Amino acid sequence: MFDDTDRRILRQLQGDPGISTAQLAERAGLNPATCWRRLEGLRERGVLRGAHAVINWRALGYSVEVSLRVTLDKTVPQAFADFAARAREIPEVLEIQTFLGQVDVRLGLIARDLAHYQDLYRDKILTLPHISDLEALMHIARIKTDETVPL
Amino acid sequence: MNPDGVDLDDVDRALLRALSEDAGLSASVLGKRVGLSQPAAWRRVQRLEKAGILAGARLDLDLAALGFGVTVFLGVKLGTKGRVSLADFERAVSAIPEVQTVEHVLGLYDYRLRVTARDIADFERVLRRRIMTLPGVGNVDANVMLSEERLRGPL
Repeated sequence: MFDDTDRRILRQLQGDPGISTAQLAERAGLNPATCWRRLEGLRERGVLRGAHAVINWRALGYSVEVSLRVTLDKTVPQAFADFAARAREIPEVLEIQTFLGQVDVRLGLIARDLAHYQDLYRDKILTLPHISDLEALMHIARIKTDETVPL
Repeated sequence: MNPDGVDLDDVDRALLRALSEDAGLSASVLGKRVGLSQPAAWRRVQRLEKAGILAGARLDLDLAALGFGVTVFLGVKLGTKGRVSLADFERAVSAIPEVQTVEHVLGLYDYRLRVTARDIADFERVLRRRIMTLPGVGNVDANVMLSEERLRGPL
């Protein structure tokens, strides 16, 4: 389904998602028409779903970032769905992941400062349904963030 | 106004919302969405980039279709704190291609890693050969991701 040309295109695109098709073609060593056709093919097959702008929340005044690792009460059949539905309503929640392991759900949460975090934690997080255990990891620094895969 | 002095109005917020859905939107499409001319929309986007608020783009790929079926979040505790240089660990862990993100955290673990692999067997190879052999690695806790949602945030 994928050949080396597709991989080459995606590798270049991963490194620089904002690149123009002409530049991409040049870097992948293709002529622009071929490159464009390949991109269309990747989109049609649903492999390339698009690109999302990355917002630097720190620049918008959100200086606190926390990973909340949640264990849910699994005796409640709807625990995951109820929890996720309510978590989605909190604007400061940026990510919701579910897991197989010790942790059931992780929430990526931002806050303006520690006082704001404390308010969010008390009023919005602790009131989420079916939590049996909760632990927080405070982010200090991002060391690597490119989120690329080795194609 | 927020503490960093970057003032956003409703139009800026609408632009950020639109671009976080689709970073590839042209200035003319963006302008139409938020009720601005193309040059005005372009100037706004430039301003958001200059202020460091728009920080590039993230490609949305179907990783499973590309053969990366497994994503694992690892909590890593450094075993010999004080004796191992954090910089050495960070450099070595960042060089592993399967490691997508590295975050220094405060809490039960020292680092949070997002690792992608072809399957569980491949993940085990990465874990044993590359991560467990890093300088200073102590306790490691692994959680295999089942689903992920990204939300647009407080805009």
